[in-house]
Amino acid sequence: MGTGYLALTDADREAMLRAIGVSSLEELFADIPEQLRLERELALAPAASEVEIERELTALAERNVHVGRELSFLGAGVYDHYVPAIVEAVISRPEFLTAYTPYQPELSQGVLQAIFEYQTVICELTGMEVANASGYDGATVAADACFMAAHATGRGKIAIAETVNPQVRQVVKTYAPGFGLEVVEVPHSGGVIDPAAFLAASQGAAAAIFQQPNFFGCLEQAPDLARAATGAGALAVAHVDPLSLGVLEAPGNYGCQIAIGEGQAAGNRLSFGGPHFGFLAAKKDLIRRMPGRIVGETTDRRGRRGFVLTFQTREQHIRREKATSNITTNQSLCALAGLVYLSWLGSNGLCKLGETCTGLVELLKKELDLPLAFAAPSFKELAVHLGRSAEEVVREAKKKGVNPGYPLGRDYPGMEDVLLVAVTEKRSPADIERLAEVLGEVLA
Amino acid sequence: MAATESYPVNLKYHREHDWARIEGGEAVFGITWKAQDMLGELVFFQPPVVGSTVAKDGVYGEVESVKAVSDLVAPLSGKVIAFNEKVQSEPESINADPYGEGWLVRVQLSDPGEAEALLDVEAYKQLLVEE
Amino acid sequence: MSDWREEPLIFERSRPGRCACSLPHYELPKATVPTDLARAEAPRLPELAEPDLARHFSALAERNFGVDSGFYPLGSCTMKYNPRLNERLAALPGFADLHPHQLPEDAQGALELCFLLQEALAEISGLDTVSLQPAAGSQGELTGLMLVRAYFQDRGELEQRRKVVVPDTAHGTNPASVTMSGFELQPVKTDARGNLDLEDLRRVVGPDTAALMLTNPSTLGLFEEGIVEVARLFHEAGALLYYDGANLNAVCGISRPGDMGFDVVHFNLHKTFSTPHGGGGPGAGPVAVRRALEPFLPVPRIVRGKDGGFALDCDWPKSIGRVRGFFGPFGVFVKAYAFIRVYGPALREMSEAAVLNANYLLARLKDVYELRYDRLCKHEFVLSAAQLKREHGISALDVAKRLMDYGIHPPTIYFPLVVPEALMIEPTETESLETLDSFIDAMRQIATEAAESPELLHEAPHDRPVERLDEAAAVKRAIVRYEFGESAPEPG
Repeated sequence: MGTGYLALTDADREAMLRAIGVSSLEELFADIPEQLRLERELALAPAASEVEIERELTALAERNVHVGRELSFLGAGVYDHYVPAIVEAVISRPEFLTAYTPYQPELSQGVLQAIFEYQTVICELTGMEVANASGYDGATVAADACFMAAHATGRGKIAIAETVNPQVRQVVKTYAPGFGLEVVEVPHSGGVIDPAAFLAASQGAAAAIFQQPNFFGCLEQAPDLARAATGAGALAVAHVDPLSLGVLEAPGNYGCQIAIGEGQAAGNRLSFGGPHFGFLAAKKDLIRRMPGRIVGETTDRRGRRGFVLTFQTREQHIRREKATSNITTNQSLCALAGLVYLSWLGSNGLCKLGETCTGLVELLKKELDLPLAFAAPSFKELAVHLGRSAEEVVREAKKKGVNPGYPLGRDYPGMEDVLLVAVTEKRSPADIERLAEVLGEVLA
Repeated sequence: MAATESYPVNLKYHREHDWARIEGGEAVFGITWKAQDMLGELVFFQPPVVGSTVAKDGVYGEVESVKAVSDLVAPLSGKVIAFNEKVQSEPESINADPYGEGWLVRVQLSDPGEAEALLDVEAYKQLLVEE
Repeated sequence: MSDWREEPLIFERSRPGRCACSLPHYELPKATVPTDLARAEAPRLPELAEPDLARHFSALAERNFGVDSGFYPLGSCTMKYNPRLNERLAALPGFADLHPHQLPEDAQGALELCFLLQEALAEISGLDTVSLQPAAGSQGELTGLMLVRAYFQDRGELEQRRKVVVPDTAHGTNPASVTMSGFELQPVKTDARGNLDLEDLRRVVGPDTAALMLTNPSTLGLFEEGIVEVARLFHEAGALLYYDGANLNAVCGISRPGDMGFDVVHFNLHKTFSTPHGGGGPGAGPVAVRRALEPFLPVPRIVRGKDGGFALDCDWPKSIGRVRGFFGPFGVFVKAYAFIRVYGPALREMSEAAVLNANYLLARLKDVYELRYDRLCKHEFVLSAAQLKREHGISALDVAKRLMDYGIHPPTIYFPLVVPEALMIEPTETESLETLDSFIDAMRQIATEAAESPELLHEAPHDRPVERLDEAAAVKRAIVRYEFGESAPEPG
């Protein structure tokens, strides 16, 4: 029977079997021991036509309440920023979409140049000197940073702020035993990390990781934290929101050696959590410790500029068990979306977007008129006390068409009445008024 | 520009394609013509820390080409007293002159007697034929 | 001689004051970031109007080659056609605009899709249960080894079982994953038929063995004929078997890793199940395991509740934890699931066509290129240019570059390491006989050219935007980002 994705006709098959010198398809599998051959069809749902598959998956899609179907203030690591149409137009170009890793530079100058441009944009944002071509997401790049730091310092411990995204901390803890690393979490005080506590925890640590703005939306005293980490001989690692870096100082400019983060907010749709991309940038002396692909500039014999995968001896296909990482497939297309998006924004757009976020948070404070969970200034998320279970409030508000945010009690015992409300440029002042109205009704 | 194949008679050789030139209580280490030929154009030399000790048959550093990386194996034991800074900035000098400009480290030997276990030029050439 | 014009870097096209973006302007209260935290100098992002952005990325796309551009027989990467329907489905607002923190009751369609994909992958692998979380094949591998580690830790055997056996033909990711999961590598040789060397294996497998990592068919494209004995050997030693699913395209519906004796399997959805490779990613690397390993799978698990609804289950105290954010690369799941629905129970037809295509190429090329292991292959095979090298000074690299002149993407070269001057060729099932024949013609023509006009090969490719690039200079100069005009150039 076959599908529309297969091109061989019956006549083709016959001719090919003859050329091979076998009489049947089965003969091609004669090397598989008989007892291992599956003697039945796979128990999968019956084959379907395109029309039927589209109908079936559209029905599944429609059972999800997406951000177009409720007024959503969900954030907590993944944000509903606007994705311009130019992003989709570029990443659906088949030359990008259907290519693989640019092993053959003469056929891959498009992807290679785009990655080189992406690396530059990430370095500019973070104040760093070298960026890799992307990691899986904002959580796994934190584990990558730990591996780098462990090798660079020879130390066996990681200090990580409790105000770092819980999923990031969980991933670091999953990877740590294999790396032979112990993980120490630094408790917050009033929603931010006390530099003295960070200094103490960083003693003997390979890396000390904090997040700016942190998971509660608060601004950490980031330069003090970086100083504390490096003062203890640890590498200072900042986990940053790329879209905050028009208004917030770059980690490389206040003493961090490594900057990492989740790139989703830059040009990638929510997509129920993936695929997105993680970025990882560092000071140049760490280049040989970096995981993943790096693209470099060079020339051909006619002197024309060209781009190649470089520093490949770090990688698993050459160094095998001594590699800096096992990563091969990365998130190129998502990183390309990030590049297109950040080029669409430009320097002015990035700053304006940042100011819009801080302005919206200010408006949120005023309109909600709820007790703030923390006193520290915020970027685009605000934690507020509700005076009752945030989980319950979320469910009641959703009945009125508003998803008011993320209950922090899910990750922080004792914060059961705290709601984390996120804004982006897609939420207007009128939307914030509506949120305030609904929360007012629910809490009345 | 790569050198032409040669193996000086005044050197001692290690099976891992490293050489040692013994000068009294000290020795200079490098990699042989064969080693640089197998690796191709070298782009990086990771030297040991001056003052650190190296053990015979142990790894004391690394050299890299574009597509390969190779551990540097110490032919003899001792303390590192210098490394070739020129090779660090111009690693291709190993390809151009593996026994001269392309030397890698100078070591204060802790047990000069170890040299007896190394290959002389004829034995090393024989090894190359067998490989 | 090519007539490509150089496409400037986007920063070279940038002019201060231009801006493509269009953002809403709201009347908002003034908020100031504390001075000590505020950015002193804005980052230098590109400044272009949207039409120039479009042209720039269009020019870059034209400098790239994908499966839609032509034949792409890149061994071990399964560069098959990427159905466009799948792109449309993944972009449906109900999927693409769904926030991952949405309450499970308001994400039932997405969770059901994940659950259905888990069930399908369990059936295809012949194993009991699946986690979709890992982000790519390499992370699937690492997750698999973390599961092995957790399993032995739970049994109190971790101190004793330090070694993971990996054949010399393995992908480089395998040994790297071994190190990253805290195990030690135990290499094992390949025998004269291209199978695992059983004698070598018997010598190394013992009470200190944790697992075997195996790709079957191997990177040589050969089915491991002794797999039953291999599995027995490891299981009798109390060790586990891990299946690297990179080459699963050869055996779907024909032979299942679980039936072969494997305990853990990872899939590459971007290989076997047609999701686009995106110039290097995203991929997806789900893992399937035998019941005994289930307690250790990453959380959250996606489960069907007693009421028939789908839920997130974190109540697995022995879980290794989380390996990435949320549930995995969901958009990739939509595409892979749609692909599986097209074939249904007849998925074996996909693998049959892949194996037929590969054997046809092999049969028609093995008289001009050396074949180290002369057997029927599975979905790919490895030829050697060693003879061309000896006789005409033509390397696998030269053959690869010359193929570009024929409009064909080269095979994987210099891998696996056990074959000198290796050309690893994987046609996939989606190629027509005419495409295969044109590849055969090109490869045979190149072999002739190697003898008659070797300079044509040494200088290839001839009509690409650049000729061969100086990779040594790239490392030594280490220009890995654009340097803006005012900064000093890197020392050379």
